[in-house]
Amino acid sequence: MTVMSERVEKGQPAQDRRMEQRQAQVWARLQDVTDPELDESVVDLNFIARADVDSMNRVHIEFRLPTYWCAANFSFLMADDMRRAVAALDWVEGTSVVLGEHMYADKINAGLARGRSFQETFGAEADGDLDDLRQTFLVKAFQRRQVALLNHLIGMGHSPEAIVTLKLAELGCLPVDDDGARDDGAKGDGARSDGERLVRRYLERRAVVGPAEPDGPAFVDTDGARLKADGLSAYVSRLRRVGVNAEFNGALCRGLLSVRFDLETPFVPRVKGASASAVVQHEV
Amino acid sequence: MYRTAKGEEIFVIDGHTHFWDGSPANQKNIHGKQFIECFYAYHANLSPPSEKWEKEKFEKYDAKTMFDDLFVTGYDDMAILQPTYLTDFYKNGFNTTERNAAMKKSHPDRFILNGAFDPRDGNKGLEHLHELSEKYKIKGVKLYTAEWRGESKGYKLSDKPSYQYLEAAQKLGIKNIHVHKGPTIIPLNRDAFDVADIDDCATSFQDLNFIVEHCGLPRLDDFCWIATQETNVYAGLAVALPFIHTRPGYFAHVISELLFWVGPDKILYGSDYGIWTPKWLIDKFMAFEIPPDVTKETGSVLTMETKIKILGLNAARLYGIDVEAQKKKIRAGGGYAHLPEAVHAPR
Repeated sequence: MTVMSERVEKGQPAQDRRMEQRQAQVWARLQDVTDPELDESVVDLNFIARADVDSMNRVHIEFRLPTYWCAANFSFLMADDMRRAVAALDWVEGTSVVLGEHMYADKINAGLARGRSFQETFGAEADGDLDDLRQTFLVKAFQRRQVALLNHLIGMGHSPEAIVTLKLAELGCLPVDDDGARDDGAKGDGARSDGERLVRRYLERRAVVGPAEPDGPAFVDTDGARLKADGLSAYVSRLRRVGVNAEFNGALCRGLLSVRFDLETPFVPRVKGASASAVVQHEV
Repeated sequence: MYRTAKGEEIFVIDGHTHFWDGSPANQKNIHGKQFIECFYAYHANLSPPSEKWEKEKFEKYDAKTMFDDLFVTGYDDMAILQPTYLTDFYKNGFNTTERNAAMKKSHPDRFILNGAFDPRDGNKGLEHLHELSEKYKIKGVKLYTAEWRGESKGYKLSDKPSYQYLEAAQKLGIKNIHVHKGPTIIPLNRDAFDVADIDDCATSFQDLNFIVEHCGLPRLDDFCWIATQETNVYAGLAVALPFIHTRPGYFAHVISELLFWVGPDKILYGSDYGIWTPKWLIDKFMAFEIPPDVTKETGSVLTMETKIKILGLNAARLYGIDVEAQKKKIRAGGGYAHLPEAVHAPR
């Protein structure tokens, strides 16, 4: 905001301001693209190296991944999702997405540039597109988000009986936080508390496993069947594995990326804007 | 050998070590360069700063460095040498049975030499497996399912040729199948890390033990589920264990899940040397306790008895090592001469 108002004061053309807004729109769209395996935003994961808008309203995105060996299918999925997310902005005239330093970079980049599907890009190396894979990991994301919310509700003292009989429409109005847990939107994503965020994240994936009717059950298993009060804790134990796995992988991926591309070090915090010579991460 | 404050001697078998050559001189192509760089990123990211190596040392270390790191500075009593050939990436291979055999020959009481096979090698590979068995009397193999071989970018354990090899292994008394799941299995549209093929062959080969390295990561969740169903599936701790330093909270969750689903008798310590070194891993592991909130959630506790199993007794059982007899052998050879009378740590 400061930067923008200073420019206006100095009489910079409105064009600059519009460009900045468009840039911000691009990043906002990319924020919603997730790594399907980690169920986290590609922006938060630091995968996006560059997202620029040129004078012709074309968007140029460059991204990189934690290792040279990251699975081709997830790499392609993320690139394709980035392209779609940005192309949905009405002023965008074209989008290029380029993956850097990856074993399949050439192939994936050529496929993306021609607007090809995964199957078309990889030919004989694939025996179908990525729908099944995407679904598998959407289900895992659903499970991870559900177990986080269930743990939260159980921790607050909601009984198994109350949890399983809850209707979807009622979930949005349920008191999900202890008094004083609200922090007035400081989390920056519209949610005012941890509980609200857990509910919102869960609702985003609820439709993955079956129709999300307001009168339907809030909590269902992966087959869309209502959870049972009896055995809820065993069910939660089984799901917990999924969350632990995703969190562990997320931590690993962030760490590998930071070493590979010399980002902020996990060991010696780097001062923002420090010169390269001041970075001690790789000194042994 | 790790000695507790009470004077208890804990026998340590390192389930996963390498004697590799990833140096530029041995690299065949960009993939060889990227492979060792990826390993280095694991090393640099998860090691405590004082334990980080120069890249050059990491690419290629000598036999003495390895021996000292494992058995003199480190607490290992024995170590299993797990080969990873990668002949498409490295001129002389990355870490072959032959290279490891020289190490074993110099220190026969310290090392357990494992072999490897690749089901894509056909009859020639089967012959080679027989040779390995005859020459080195191997009791285990390490399989890297993501190894590139010409046009092929990997294989599944449930493939027909894999079954032929597992049948051969069974006949030869090679009971311990260490599996490392890596990415890039064909077809590329499927989940490259899927562990379902382990479930399949663990059911079919009840006499074999399947030790899943890196406890199935990045599919810990699916792996835990399989390991509860199959009595002959084990978890290797390499890669998970170093999180004990950078992210002890994550490690607590992972070890809790493993104890809950896999159980204390089926988890094996492994340093993944030279990615990480035993001394700091074991110092931290011995001092580690699962935080009360995680125990409350999972019911898992990491007792001294469990630590002793994970560090050595479980591997000893799989490889038929008589711990007391082995200790005597090592002591007779002067292997414990460097050990101080003093203790190493807790209890």
